[in-house]
Amino acid sequence: MRTVRFLKVLVFVASLGPAGWLVWAALTGHLSPNPLSDITNETGVWTLRFLCTTLAITPLRKITSWHALIRFRRMVGLFAFFYGTLHFLTYVIADRFAGLDFPDGMLAWSTARNLARSVSDDIYKRPFITVGFTAWTTMVPLAATSTAGMIRRLGGRAWNRLHRLVYATASLGVIHYWWLVKADVSRPIAYGIVVCGLLAFRAFYATRRASLRAAAVTAR
Amino acid sequence: MLIKRASDIRSSEITDKKLYLNRREFIRAATGTAAAVAAGVGGEAWLHAATPAPHGRKLENIAKSQVSTQEKPNKWEEITTYNNYYEFGIDKDSPSMLARSLKPQPWTVTVDGECAKKGAMNLEDVLKGETLEERIYRHRCVEAWSMVIPWVGFPLANFIKKCEPTSKAKYIEFQTLNDAKQMPGLRSSVLRWPYVEGLRLDEAMHPLTILVVGLYDEVLPNQDGAPLRLAVPWKYGFKHIKSIVKVKFVEKQPLNTWQDSQSSEYGFYANVNPTVDHPRWSQATERRIGEFLRRKTLMFNGYGDQVASLYTGMDLRKNY
Repeated sequence: MRTVRFLKVLVFVASLGPAGWLVWAALTGHLSPNPLSDITNETGVWTLRFLCTTLAITPLRKITSWHALIRFRRMVGLFAFFYGTLHFLTYVIADRFAGLDFPDGMLAWSTARNLARSVSDDIYKRPFITVGFTAWTTMVPLAATSTAGMIRRLGGRAWNRLHRLVYATASLGVIHYWWLVKADVSRPIAYGIVVCGLLAFRAFYATRRASLRAAAVTAR
Repeated sequence: MLIKRASDIRSSEITDKKLYLNRREFIRAATGTAAAVAAGVGGEAWLHAATPAPHGRKLENIAKSQVSTQEKPNKWEEITTYNNYYEFGIDKDSPSMLARSLKPQPWTVTVDGECAKKGAMNLEDVLKGETLEERIYRHRCVEAWSMVIPWVGFPLANFIKKCEPTSKAKYIEFQTLNDAKQMPGLRSSVLRWPYVEGLRLDEAMHPLTILVVGLYDEVLPNQDGAPLRLAVPWKYGFKHIKSIVKVKFVEKQPLNTWQDSQSSEYGFYANVNPTVDHPRWSQATERRIGEFLRRKTLMFNGYGDQVASLYTGMDLRKNY
């Protein structure tokens, strides 16, 4: 009990590490000459890493029978949403806002309107942005229903079903990465293999459970 | 206790040699894949502390040029740590860390194809009789970032005249060094090696097109394409082929590396054009390295007055 609580604090601090490191590196000039591009890339990649980690918890729990692992899943999932949101905001500011004209100055209603149009046009026009934005959107209801109260209100079964959306999030995340690289797809492929493996484990487990249940029924 | 003699072991119990070899193969393949996955997932984790190029030999007697832009050049640190040079890895900072293994001296350029003066030329001969000029050019990457770079070089036209191309020469094709001992990135098959680029002969003869041997009045750093690279300021960066070892005059349009890699996204002409988007991103604006707000990308990168006439009557949407 105590150990889990202590470990949770540890995991929480460690999960803030990449963000803290980015802030430190940006302030001390340890990023490349194109720091905005670094921040975009790093937050995106960390979103994928946290998604993979949260997807790995159930398989790990089944393999190791260390059931306390489940108590880290919400935090890891919320960190995926945290990095995904940072990633999206970086894009909105560094890519969209920075590309606007400011006919009435930066702090004007027209700026907000133009920004909204610029973002929505881009999401509509560019498939890899469409996919990335969709991936982020699928995380919103998951984050919103992550509290104990929401689980109770939805009921375990409905909640579980809803949270299978994370399979879509991870898959779309990999596609988003795949479509944006210029020539070297080895990194997106690596994430693709990890996500496929984690989803395959679930498929395998579900079919095995179904057949065991069928066998139990016939035995009776 | 029954101790089986060798002859008691049924041959069916012995694992077939082919099978156990296969198994080893499988394990090797599996660990290989696992290693690749681990490298891929962990690969970008660390932004390395890229080191700017050490300062090289100072070049003498450099003339100023009328065609230089008045804009403020990017810093040496920026120009030598933010490079697309896949022969030294795919990350922007990998060339700055890995290009030390390149040996730019001695250097030979081989001239071939539709010309009178074929054969190997060492770099000194390439430079013989040339007055080096400082050319401060805007440099626009196809990835929508840009820099202002104080190149040192001389017109490619001078070199072409030395080669005496025949009337059959319609295009010029360049090749980058292809030596895995000096260029670790060549072990990856991300592009088809060697790197190839080309220009139409009139583009190559244009006074803005230069062969570059220096940066900031110094010998060109390895990560920027030492000892000899191309600068064609109205075209995207990937046309600016680096570390040139071969020049060939040809009749047909060469297949340049990025077109070969993805022809729907990268063409032969690759003129900077804000109205023709890359299929996956907009080319209307660019981030000048060191700035926050994006700039509007200029037609022909702002060199339209000098070069637009090269393309009269051409559909630039088709010939991207």
